[in-house]
Amino acid sequence: MSDSTSTASGVIAEVHHEHPSYQRHHFETVDQQFDATNFAMWLFLLTEIMFFGGLFTAYMIMRNWYYPAFVEGSHQLNVGWGTANTAVLILSSFTMAMSVWSAEMRKKGMLILFLSLTWILGLAFLGIKSIEYHEKWVKHHVPGLHWSESSFLNPASDPEVYKEYHDKPLAPDMAQKTAEYFFLYFAMTGMHALHMIIGISLLTFMIFRARQGAYTTGHVTYVENFGLYWHFVDIVWIFLFPLLYLISRY
Amino acid sequence: MSAATIVSLPDQSTATIPKMNFLSKENGLLSWLLTGDHKRIATLYLISITFFFFIGGSLAGLIRLELLTPQTSLMAADTYNKVFTMHGVIMVFLFLVPSVPATIGNFVIPLMVGARDLALPKINLLSWYLYVIAGVMVIYTMAAGGVDTGWTFTSPLSTHYLNTHVISTGLAIFVAGFSSIFTGLNFIVTIHKMRAPGMTWFRLPLFVWSNYAASILMVLGTPVLAITLVLVVLERTVHIGVFDPAYGGDPILFQHLFWFYSHPAVYIMILPGMGVISEVVSTFSRKRVFGYTAVAFSSVAIAVFGFFVWAHHMFIMGISNYAALVFSLLTMLVAVPSAIKIFNWAFTLYKGSITFETPMLYAFGFMGLFTIGGMTGVFLGSTGTDIHLTETYFIVAHFHFVMVGGMLMAFLSGIHFWWPKWTGRMYPEKISQFAAVVTFIGFNFTFFPQFILGTLGMPRRYAAYPPEFQALNVFSTAGATILGVGYLLPILYLTWSLKYGEIAGNNPWQATGLEWQTQSPPLTENFPEIPIVDHEAYDYEWLERQQEKEVASVG
Amino acid sequence: MSEHNQQDQHNQHDEHDQEHHIVSPVIYGTILLALLIFTGLTVWMSFIDLGAWQIAPGLTLFWNPVVALAIACTKMTLVVLFFMHVKYTTKLTKLTVASGFFVFIVLIGMTMTDYFTRAWGRW
Repeated sequence: MSDSTSTASGVIAEVHHEHPSYQRHHFETVDQQFDATNFAMWLFLLTEIMFFGGLFTAYMIMRNWYYPAFVEGSHQLNVGWGTANTAVLILSSFTMAMSVWSAEMRKKGMLILFLSLTWILGLAFLGIKSIEYHEKWVKHHVPGLHWSESSFLNPASDPEVYKEYHDKPLAPDMAQKTAEYFFLYFAMTGMHALHMIIGISLLTFMIFRARQGAYTTGHVTYVENFGLYWHFVDIVWIFLFPLLYLISRY
Repeated sequence: MSAATIVSLPDQSTATIPKMNFLSKENGLLSWLLTGDHKRIATLYLISITFFFFIGGSLAGLIRLELLTPQTSLMAADTYNKVFTMHGVIMVFLFLVPSVPATIGNFVIPLMVGARDLALPKINLLSWYLYVIAGVMVIYTMAAGGVDTGWTFTSPLSTHYLNTHVISTGLAIFVAGFSSIFTGLNFIVTIHKMRAPGMTWFRLPLFVWSNYAASILMVLGTPVLAITLVLVVLERTVHIGVFDPAYGGDPILFQHLFWFYSHPAVYIMILPGMGVISEVVSTFSRKRVFGYTAVAFSSVAIAVFGFFVWAHHMFIMGISNYAALVFSLLTMLVAVPSAIKIFNWAFTLYKGSITFETPMLYAFGFMGLFTIGGMTGVFLGSTGTDIHLTETYFIVAHFHFVMVGGMLMAFLSGIHFWWPKWTGRMYPEKISQFAAVVTFIGFNFTFFPQFILGTLGMPRRYAAYPPEFQALNVFSTAGATILGVGYLLPILYLTWSLKYGEIAGNNPWQATGLEWQTQSPPLTENFPEIPIVDHEAYDYEWLERQQEKEVASVG
Repeated sequence: MSEHNQQDQHNQHDEHDQEHHIVSPVIYGTILLALLIFTGLTVWMSFIDLGAWQIAPGLTLFWNPVVALAIACTKMTLVVLFFMHVKYTTKLTKLTVASGFFVFIVLIGMTMTDYFTRAWGRW
């Protein structure tokens, strides 16, 4: 590993050995740097698990208490868009994993291709999300800002949803609780979307750096660790989708 | 034997501070503000938390002044509420949580494991900036009128019934939380991945084990506080309703999420202090810590069990009796690892060569006061007694015993212990021993009466109280004055010692541990060459052989 | 010295291969397919009433959410093991992931001990 001579006190004197330019000086080897930063990213993801955990706890309690409201609230979400978004994110996880592979195989062209695909798919997800959010706004399903319970007090007033599910009218106090459902919908998908935006911003930076050849010289740390973050955001959606969209569609 | 000391300093007529050290390496403001050196960041933290400690301490002085009389004489009740809230927020989040980890931990952990720096120096610097931002936000809140919910932000008071600056305080703590997360994250990575060759887990100093356990809590617990604060801010701005019964929400949900962090937070606060005590007790008894493995594992056990007991802060709030049963039972379990540590320190002292330098005085204070505080915790963990004691001064006394009599004493012990390593100079021993004794006396006079007040029924967080409680309150305030003197003295003599203290040399305490085998203050890169570790922790025989070799080679 | 450098590079590359096992695109493709199939499956199942299990009076377990969560957990496991490389990584990383889930479950589970038992009455 390095030239060494041992001294009387048992300490090995290291000759200054060559190391790649991207190795920081407090690390002894590149592998130590990779291991340490990879582990650090995993620990950061643990904090993200616990961060979302609070929202999932609130969701569980509210769904348990106000199940009919949650069922009818979820009928207002478009299964088509939701499934499409899920597919988009899963595909983007695939392209992200392929980006890491490209960086490891030092294929710069493929790396840029797959990072760009991930970027496009990420934007597509946000695009679909904004279509959905817009639809919620138009239908007065944004609690606190643009809210009406009429779709739940009288489901027949919303023909396109009514013909699918034939929901029964909710009692006024239960109809009021659909606001809780939508609140949690916006909070959880909003928090998720915020993480997507951060991810896409970092991706933009990464594509720029990839074109400069930064990740295809053996230094894959950044791509690999970002990939972990991206997959995590995908996993959050993998849970949000059934919990928010698929509560009960029979 | 009583005048004995283990201090061993170089000949003062010829000794100097080493020319090349982390303080002298670079000069100028930017070299400090953009540093990656863990020792400089630790110094920045030390200055910042001392600043906030004195703000929090002044607020405590105001509280005790107000409580001299049964009526609200000094300030309106609303103002009093703001004073104790800010005291709690500042002392918990801006002082105790970062106290040992961000200062002593940052400084000493890379040295102890034999690394050149922490794993992520930039994240370390970021954590300090986040701390400063949080501090500025808290000062803004105070200037803008303060918040009066109590540091626990109990709902629905904080979410619906008050118009004070809950949001800005909540956001400040959100930022401070991330400062804490990044510190803990850095420690975990460093301890796992950057130990020197030969430094196995069970050769690590116990200070490292304690900080490792506290870091796990920081990383896994603090994010839940973060999301809770986000929900409170949303509740107050958009009226989302998760904590509002009128909308179908539950105020108890806030408390579950808040205490899920805040109980592990108390272990975040105490574990690093316990780490300090392990080091100090060993050094000043010249003996390896008794039951190293037990102490190491008990640190991790405290961290793990600490996640299972949070609802013991909520026994009277409306949780179900069955949940109270479960949490009470688990609370009894979590006391066990802490007790194991006290026993192990006691057995370390047994048949040791004990000397009473200042760090050791603080350590003795810790062991006595933490034990009392911890035992009173058992009263509170048992649901039946808790119903009568909670929200009284018994609780206030309990947590001040463990946090001030325990943690703050451990912090001061650590500051004095590593001061020579940090600055290259010794503090003046006589006045520091005096300050330690003054602190101990002042502390007991301040807080012991509060146990009695609590059992007599005086509620906490009240500006006015029934006149029969006045005598004990006056006693407590008198003690607080003495305590204030005890805390002021170190600021004065430690600052004095920076210029006039005796030169310490590498190892004034003749301690084991890698940090003592290098110069004081250390080089920026810590070691001229990375050491190879071939001895166990607290190996005083190894130290003796080292010293013999040095004598032989110099002679 | 130059021989040493050459050896160094070779070593680094070897260690690189050993520690950072490169997962093949074929595996990634297979996992992608599996994830999409599971997505379709969970959507399909949400349209079917799977019934319930009466454990005790007042304590019913509905199968739909159980199945939905099981499918979600399976998808998550596939992403974690293969896309995030956890199958090929160190024991430490595996332990880290497990501990994250454990604490998450503690948060939700132990909070629910309060909510589930409130209706049980005082004693």
